[in-house]
Amino acid sequence: MSRSSHHERGDIGARFPKVDGAGKADGSGVYTDDLAFPRMLHAKLLRSPHAHARILNIDVSAAERLPGVIATLVGAEMPAKYGVIPWTHDEQALATDHVRFIGDEVACVAALDERTAEEALRLIRVDYEPLPALLSAEEALAHPEIKVNEKAKVGNITKEVKLEFGPVDEAIATAAAITRERYQYAGSTHAPIEPHCAVARVDGDGNLTVWSSTQIPHYVHRELARVLGLPPARVRVIQPLLGGAFGGKSDPFSLEFCVAKLALKTGRPVKILFTREEVFYAHRGRHPMAMDVTVALDAGGRISAVDNKILIDGGAYASFGLVTAYYAGQLLTGPYRFGTYRFDSKRMYTNKPPCGPKRGHGSVQPRFAFEVALDEAAEKLGIDPIEVRRRNFIGEDVETVNGQRITSNGFLKCLELVEQASGWKERHGKLGPGRGLGVAGSMYISGTAYPVYPNEMPQSGVLVKLDRSGRVAVFSGASDIGQGVNTLLCQIAAEELGCDPREVTVVAADTDLTPVDMGAYSSRVTFMNGLAAREACEKLARKLKAAASVRVGDEIELELGTVRGPRGSISFAEACQLAEAAEGAPLSATGGYRTQKLGGNYRGGTIGASPAYSFTAHVAEVEVDEETGIWKVTRIWAAHDCGKALNPTLVEGQIEGSVYMGAAEAQMEEMVYGKQGLLFGPSLLDYKIPTSLDTPLIDALIVESHDPNGPYGAKEAGEGPLHPAIPAIANAIHDACGIRLRELPFYPQRVLQLLQARVPGQERRTAC
Amino acid sequence: MLTLPRLQLHRPGSVREAVELLASKPNARVLAGGTDIVPNLKHGIYETEHLIALRGLSSELRYVRRDGGRDGDSIRLGALCTIDQLSKDPDVLQSLPALADACRQIAGPQLRKMGTLGGNLCLDTRCVYINQSYFWRSALGFCLKKDGTACHVVAQGLRCVAAASNDTAPVLLALGASVRIVGPRGERVVPLADFYLHDGIHNTVLEPDELLVEAAVPLPAARLKQAFFKLRTRAAIDYSAINLAVALAVSPAGLVTALRLCVSALAARPALINRLQDLVGQPADLHLAEELGRRAQKQCKPLTNIGVDPAYRREILPVLVRRTVLRAIAS
Ligand SMILES: Cc1cc2nc3c(=O)[nH]c(=O)nc-3n(C[C@H](O)[C@H](O)[C@H](O)COP(=O)(O)OP(=O)(O)OC[C@H]3O[C@@H](n4cnc5c(N)ncnc54)[C@H](O)[C@@H]3O)c2cc1C
Ligand code: SF4
Repeated sequence: MSRSSHHERGDIGARFPKVDGAGKADGSGVYTDDLAFPRMLHAKLLRSPHAHARILNIDVSAAERLPGVIATLVGAEMPAKYGVIPWTHDEQALATDHVRFIGDEVACVAALDERTAEEALRLIRVDYEPLPALLSAEEALAHPEIKVNEKAKVGNITKEVKLEFGPVDEAIATAAAITRERYQYAGSTHAPIEPHCAVARVDGDGNLTVWSSTQIPHYVHRELARVLGLPPARVRVIQPLLGGAFGGKSDPFSLEFCVAKLALKTGRPVKILFTREEVFYAHRGRHPMAMDVTVALDAGGRISAVDNKILIDGGAYASFGLVTAYYAGQLLTGPYRFGTYRFDSKRMYTNKPPCGPKRGHGSVQPRFAFEVALDEAAEKLGIDPIEVRRRNFIGEDVETVNGQRITSNGFLKCLELVEQASGWKERHGKLGPGRGLGVAGSMYISGTAYPVYPNEMPQSGVLVKLDRSGRVAVFSGASDIGQGVNTLLCQIAAEELGCDPREVTVVAADTDLTPVDMGAYSSRVTFMNGLAAREACEKLARKLKAAASVRVGDEIELELGTVRGPRGSISFAEACQLAEAAEGAPLSATGGYRTQKLGGNYRGGTIGASPAYSFTAHVAEVEVDEETGIWKVTRIWAAHDCGKALNPTLVEGQIEGSVYMGAAEAQMEEMVYGKQGLLFGPSLLDYKIPTSLDTPLIDALIVESHDPNGPYGAKEAGEGPLHPAIPAIANAIHDACGIRLRELPFYPQRVLQLLQARVPGQERRTAC
Repeated sequence: MLTLPRLQLHRPGSVREAVELLASKPNARVLAGGTDIVPNLKHGIYETEHLIALRGLSSELRYVRRDGGRDGDSIRLGALCTIDQLSKDPDVLQSLPALADACRQIAGPQLRKMGTLGGNLCLDTRCVYINQSYFWRSALGFCLKKDGTACHVVAQGLRCVAAASNDTAPVLLALGASVRIVGPRGERVVPLADFYLHDGIHNTVLEPDELLVEAAVPLPAARLKQAFFKLRTRAAIDYSAINLAVALAVSPAGLVTALRLCVSALAARPALINRLQDLVGQPADLHLAEELGRRAQKQCKPLTNIGVDPAYRREILPVLVRRTVLRAIAS
């Protein structure tokens, strides 16, 4: 099939253009901040200047007197605690008595314009009693007597997970080669181009609507109703077009509660748009982790044991932290077979902006540590880095050491592609001084069997309705956060119903109108929402075919607006009319994704247990300036097994975006804090994310393993392809100049220090 | 979004009108391209109610001109030339290639189209502790430069050492440029080497009611071997973590006859490296380049005012100088 005809058809596998692409490019797309209503107020949040303090008193009277101020809000007006995970409700929209990081929300002002609201903030008087602040996971561990967050049962531990699979110590004792090192991952954040924004409005009947730049409208719906004490049926959450999220918009946030409460208080629409600085305080980015990793290989180069002790710096609130503590250990057990495995991961509360899920939630850090450690161990045995990964391949239709079921697995193919494309055999270890190649592999989930709150209802739902005109309307709860699910829904409708994908309306992420989907996280959307959509469309296709067969005969084919049978063809619209007549009622159908029972039979065994796993391999090429430590990643070949590319253009986009983000974390991204716990430079000038000029050439290579359970064989592509970037770069720098980087980011000064500490003869890694 | 303070915008149509406005409006400030002053206003760094926008002076102050003056030929650059324009101007490319190179590396494409030469030369000094929001600065504790009494860079420091961060300054200093200034008391020409002061709060000799209207480079510059280098984390957008410019004249025998080296993004005053006279007469070679690296390192003390490790910046400075000097020699 040629590229252009695929493009026109827009069914599964086509390079169909993103349905919201044009609006994003030409400015006509409507983001949350583009919404405006008559009499709308603008609100601003007052934030704590202390990393840790008791609030003794809040006085808003002077702010209220400022002309143009319409209302103020303090925590006591909605003190209920919330959080995305029901077991760790530990946040308040506005702190009532305890602030836990610099930037924690304390009060809110609604005014006629933003500037007046900002001026009013300076008139609010808050009396604080400062408390000692705990600014690292180590400090939080050392000082259980200082409580960052009362939710912690023991000291400052959000969650500790200890699991052991097989006799790890025995395997280590008999290993042929061992790496035992400490790896450190700096925290990083998502930096989506669109800052968080929310708008609330209350109608004449007392129904509340909140538009929010969220990737979890359903959880926002639940938490809003709970915290505001409203019946959920009176609350509607709508997610407009979104300008990037990457996990940074998958918690309920203070601004959503504040606009809602202020709209209820004033009877006027209210908007809050975060400044860029506030986006940094909202954070929920990648956790800093310190990982003491042991990797043991037997004489044949097989991984006989992996042991990982992980200390996680969580920040002031739990967010998804309970899951983070699990993912950090549970998601490492592929694409290689581990003989034995043990991890002990501890997430600590600290007095910093809360960490959460960032693309590749929980598993990017341990993956970096492990893939570098594996390289180090293989080198001791003189095994080529690609060979050691091939030799340890876990296979298809197998169970991992921690009881996860792997179905399709295209990892070997991924390795083969990057090996060939990079010219590995001819070039690895032979590029001359200061240049090198490195490899790494990884595995990631396509959703998880663990619903965030326990329930028996489907995790994702879709309703499809057919109109007499031939227009198809898909009502889907799923959040398109740029990954392109709305486009895929059009393609699935085209594939199943034979309609023109351009004649599909997608109504998405509106809790009044669309069935529930849990949200855009854990790479679950295409898999789960895709299956739900296919189920709904299949039901309708059966009705269409039955009705059309009267006219065109049996053995019907549905394709791009035409219904063809042995006795002729009719248009898609005609088929809809026949089917509606036959039904005697409007045509619609629903589909759902029902959670499967998966995972190991132990506490936490379902967390990280996925209906299908994606696999990735990268080879990175670097150049290191040995006099200055300045290095550059020039090219990354990334092969990703996404099961089936429902839309190759979207898959390539996800691979490229992931590689970019991973390479960024290796190069320069870090949330740096001063002694007081103040985030250093919360702006896109001081917090460095690479520009296009700092980005390597990316070769996005698609591998299709056709998963038996995914929609049309598809798995995920949004997060997995990030993982190998960082270790592949670290391993490439080793190939280039013989140093081992174990701490992120790989700042030039760190590189230079290691270069200077080299012993003679260590300048280059010896080619295997 | 961060909001601007309440301001009145004035739009003079001539240099004379602009200077009158500056003199009559209390605490008035000049707005050229606005790429520096607007973020600073949003951060609450200035107490001002009046902005004097220079756009209406474009026909007067946007030019690249060669002419013969008292001291021989020179190239004159109007203060409202945009950075983008200077990076592409044929005369600049030919006679002042290091300046074009510096301009190409300033900020990003959009900012270069807005930003002006005058704004760059008068760019406010920068410090990681001052170029932040009011909230952030309040949480840290305000500093000498605005609202506070202490310095976070130099403990017990009595003078602000925020860093000169403009990339055209070191090149124009190395090329021996001067600037023309117009004020209510008339006009004056100041060598760029005397234009900057050691004070991060106000690092130029400009009076509040004066306008910088032109930079002039004596044209022997066109015959100088020159090069610019900028160290930064990212290949675009970022301000310099160190910038340096070198200009040298070399005799047909390959001996240095004149030499200037400027290293900036250190503290408030972009300054030439001192005491290089003894190198005149030496061969322009690797040895010279290394010697310049050593001297620069001795005279330069990077500080924590910039978010790139000062010890590292100091450590690699000799390498950067050596390479830049060699590039100039080879040019
Ligand atoms: C993200 C970002 C990155 C940047 N990166 C760089 C960089 O890498 N290198 C660099 O050098 N700069 C950088 N800049 C700063 C800026 O864009 C340039 O320096 C630009 O040339 C400033 O010119 P302007 O006309 O916009 O100045 P304005 O903002 O208009 O003015 C700057 C200052 O100079 C004063 N002023 C302006 N013109 C005159 C005049 N004629 N007479 C007297 N006073 C005057 C103003 O009052 C103000 O105090 C960056 C800015 C941003 C926002
Ligand atoms: S150098 Fe000191 S006084 Fe100047 S801006 Fe920085 S912290 Fe403030």
